[in-house]
Amino acid sequence: MSHTELIAQHGSPSAPQIEVRGVSKVYGPTTVLDDVNLTISPGEIHAILGENGAGKSTLLKVIGGAITATSGSLLLDGEPVTLGSPRDAIRHGITLISQELAVIPQRSVMENVMLGRWSHRAGFAHLAADRVRFDDLLDRTGFTLDPDATVGELPLGIQQQVEILKALARGARVLCMDEPTAALNDVEKELLLRVVREIADRGTTIIIVSHFLEEVLGLADRVTVLRDGKLIETNEASAYTPASIVSLMVGREVDPIDQPPAEVSPLAQTVVDVERLETRHVHDISFALREGEIVGLAGLVGSGRSDVLLGLLGAEPRRAGTIRIRGAEVKENSVSSAIASGMALVPESRKDQALLLGRSVTENVALGTLAQRSFGGWVRRRVERAEVSRVSADVDLRGVGPDTLTVDLSGGNQQKALFARWLLHPPALLMVDEPTRGVDVAAKARIHSLIRDLAARGTAVLVVSSELDEVIRLSHRVLVMRHGRIVDEFDRSARPSDILTSAFTK
Amino acid sequence: MTTLITPTNESSSGPWGVKRLQAKFRDFGIVFGLLAIVLGLSVSTTTFLTPGNLINLVDQATVVGLLAVGATLCIISGVFDLSATATLAVSAITGIWISQTFGFAAGFIGAIVAGVLLGTITGLIIVSTKINSFIGTLAISIIYRGLAIVLTAGAIVSPPAEIAESFRFFAERGPFGLTWASILFGVTVVVLGLMLSQTTYGRRIYAVGGNAEAARLSGIRTGAVRVGVFAISGACSALAGLVLISRAGSAQPGMATGLELTAIAAVVIGGTSIMGGQGAVWRAFVGVMILTVIANGFNLLQWDTTYQQVVTGALILIAIAADSLFFKKRNS
Repeated sequence: MSHTELIAQHGSPSAPQIEVRGVSKVYGPTTVLDDVNLTISPGEIHAILGENGAGKSTLLKVIGGAITATSGSLLLDGEPVTLGSPRDAIRHGITLISQELAVIPQRSVMENVMLGRWSHRAGFAHLAADRVRFDDLLDRTGFTLDPDATVGELPLGIQQQVEILKALARGARVLCMDEPTAALNDVEKELLLRVVREIADRGTTIIIVSHFLEEVLGLADRVTVLRDGKLIETNEASAYTPASIVSLMVGREVDPIDQPPAEVSPLAQTVVDVERLETRHVHDISFALREGEIVGLAGLVGSGRSDVLLGLLGAEPRRAGTIRIRGAEVKENSVSSAIASGMALVPESRKDQALLLGRSVTENVALGTLAQRSFGGWVRRRVERAEVSRVSADVDLRGVGPDTLTVDLSGGNQQKALFARWLLHPPALLMVDEPTRGVDVAAKARIHSLIRDLAARGTAVLVVSSELDEVIRLSHRVLVMRHGRIVDEFDRSARPSDILTSAFTK
Repeated sequence: MTTLITPTNESSSGPWGVKRLQAKFRDFGIVFGLLAIVLGLSVSTTTFLTPGNLINLVDQATVVGLLAVGATLCIISGVFDLSATATLAVSAITGIWISQTFGFAAGFIGAIVAGVLLGTITGLIIVSTKINSFIGTLAISIIYRGLAIVLTAGAIVSPPAEIAESFRFFAERGPFGLTWASILFGVTVVVLGLMLSQTTYGRRIYAVGGNAEAARLSGIRTGAVRVGVFAISGACSALAGLVLISRAGSAQPGMATGLELTAIAAVVIGGTSIMGGQGAVWRAFVGVMILTVIANGFNLLQWDTTYQQVVTGALILIAIAADSLFFKKRNS
C-alpha cells in the first residue's frame, strides 16, 4: 500500500480541533470534573496537570471515549460527537494510550502494530503488504523499530513506541497518553519525549497527563492545570515553572522539598555492613550505612538497584558475601530472618509486591508483624487496631478508615500504609524502592519528610528511585550502579549530570 | 511536621454509599439467596420444613461440606486440591485396615493421620516443584487412587462386624436429633472458620493467596503456609472418609470420586474468590447448603432431576461471573 492509499484509508492526516465544552463528571455525590471548557488545537502537545484526584485522568478518558461525561459536550472541528467507547473514539481518530500497555508481549512488533488489521489474501496473512504499511509508518514517524523483534523482549520505552505506532496505524490523529513516562528510565524517557515531539511536529495532536512537571513543561506547547475537578488555568507552557505549576495545582504552599536530611552524628554507629554481596543479578556489593544515614542507589533500570535491596532482604538467594546488622551477621538466607534481624523493604511495585488490594488497610499494615501482637497464634484485634491507628497517624494516613479496602486508597495513601507497616517494627535498616512512584505532589512531600524523620531518629535508609532528583534530594550519599555493580559514589552536593554520566558510561 | 494539604478524595471511582452497599451485597447476597430458596420451598411444599427433612438435609451435606471447608482454605491460599477425594479414599482404607488389627480407636486416628500425611506430601510436592496446583494435584490424585487400588487389590474393604458397629457412630443421632456427622461438620466449620478469621495463620493464608510476593517480602514463609493448608485439607478429607465409612460400613478405592469438584463448586457458589485471597469458611457452608437444598427441593417437588444439574451448573457460572466482575473492578 502506498502512502497516498494510506491517507485515503485513514482520511485526512490533519488532526481535528478538539473542544471540550462544559464537561462535568459526577459519581454519586462526588464531582470529579466540574464544568471544564478547553480547546486543543491541531498538532499541539497539550499537557493536563494536577494532583491525584484532580480529575486529569478522567478528563483524558472523556476525550478518549473511555468515560462518558455526565454533562457537557465534545466537539471535533466544531461538530459535536458522542464517544461512547474507546472504539468510537478510534473511529474519530482519537486513541487513548493508558499506563498499562496493551501489547501482546509474545508477538512481533509488526504483528502488534497491525493488530487486528493485518493484510490478508483470502484469510491468509500477507506479510509483505503488512511490511509495506509498517515501513510507511516508520517513514511518517521517524521511529526506528525492528518489525520482527518480540515485543515482550523490548524495553518498556520501545514498547510504548509500538503502542504509538499501533495507534497511528489505526488512523489516530489525536493521542491521549496517560503517564507515558512513569515506568521509564531516564534514557527511555528522553527517547519517548523526542518521539512524541516528532509526531506532533508532523501534525498529530498529543494530549498528555503526567506527574513529571519539568519534563512536561519542556515538552508541551500548552498546559492545563486542574484542581478538584475544576480547570484552573490554560496557558502556554513557557509561562510556567515547575514551582508555579505546583502552587496552581495545590492552590497553596507545599513543604519545601529541598529541605536537606539531618546531619549524621559523628558518633553514629554502623547499622549495616555489607561485604562482597553476590546474587544472581548483583556482584561484589560492599557498603556500610550508619545510624541516621540515607544512602541513595542510582542507576538505570536494570542496573541492579532493586536487586541489591532484594539480595539484602534475602528475597533473592545470596551466593556469597556477608551482611551484618549492628555487628551481628545475618546468616540465614531468608526474608523472615532478614526482617527479624532488623531490615525491612517497601518494594518497587505496590500492587505486585506489597499490597493485598482486596483486604483492609488494617490487615495490610499489620501484615509484616502479625506474630508481634498474637497470643498463642490468635490475632489480638483490639491491640492490632490501636497500634495500626497509631502508626497510621504517624504516616499521616488521613481520611482513611481502618476497614477501607486498600484498593480504594490513592497511590499516596497506599504508599504511606506500607511505611506504616514497618513502623510497627521499626527496622534498623529501611529499604525503599521507588517510594513516590505514581503519588501526588503532596503525598510525595509527606513521604520524603517521613523518610527524613525516620533517619533523624536513627534508622539507616537505602533509597532507590528512577528519579535522580529524588535520590539526590533525599540522600546523604549516592551510590551509582551499573551492570550489577557499584561503580561510583557521590555526596549530596554532586551535580545530577555527573551522576548520570557515571550511570551511563562507567 | 505539618502538611498544609487536605487529604485527597479517595472516592474517585465511586461514592462511598453505593460502594458500601455493593460491598454488603457482595458479602451477604448469597445468604439471602439461600434464605430465598428455603423460603420458597417452605411455602411450596409441606414436607420441606419438617424436622426430619432438615436433619436429613444437613446430614446429606456433611461429606461435600467437609471437603468444601478444606477446599476453601486451599483456594483462599491460592491453590487447588484436586487430590482431596483420593486422599479420602486412601485414608479411609488405611483407617479400616488399621482397625482390623488394632481396633476402632486406632483405626479412627490412623485415618486422620493418614489424611494429614497425604495432604502434607501433596503440599510438599506442589510447593517444592512449583508446578501449577491444579494439574499437580490432579496427577497426585491419580497416584493416590492407584495406591488405594494397590492397598485393597481393588476390592471393597470392611472392618470386622463389631468394629463396623463403632464406625457407625457418625450416622447415629446426637443433640437436637442431628447426626454426629452433622455435628462434626458444624464443629469443623466453626473451628476452621475461627482459625481462618482470628489467627495469624489465617491472616497468612489470605496474604499468600491475595499476593504471594507481598506476603513473601513481608517475611511470610509462603511455602509453609500452603503445605499447612494442604495438610488441613487432608484432615478434612479423612473426616469425610470416616463419615462415608459410617454410612457404608466399608471403603473402596473408587469412593467419593468426583466429589472434590462438587466441593469446589460449593466453595465458589458460596462466594469465595477462585482467584485466591478472598473468602470465608462460612461461605463454604452456605454454598454446600444451597446445593443440598436445591437437590432436596427437586426431590420434594418431584421435578425431573436432570434439570438439577442445569441449575447447579448455572449457579456456578453466575458465581464465577460475579467474582470475576469484582476482581476486574478491583484491579482496574
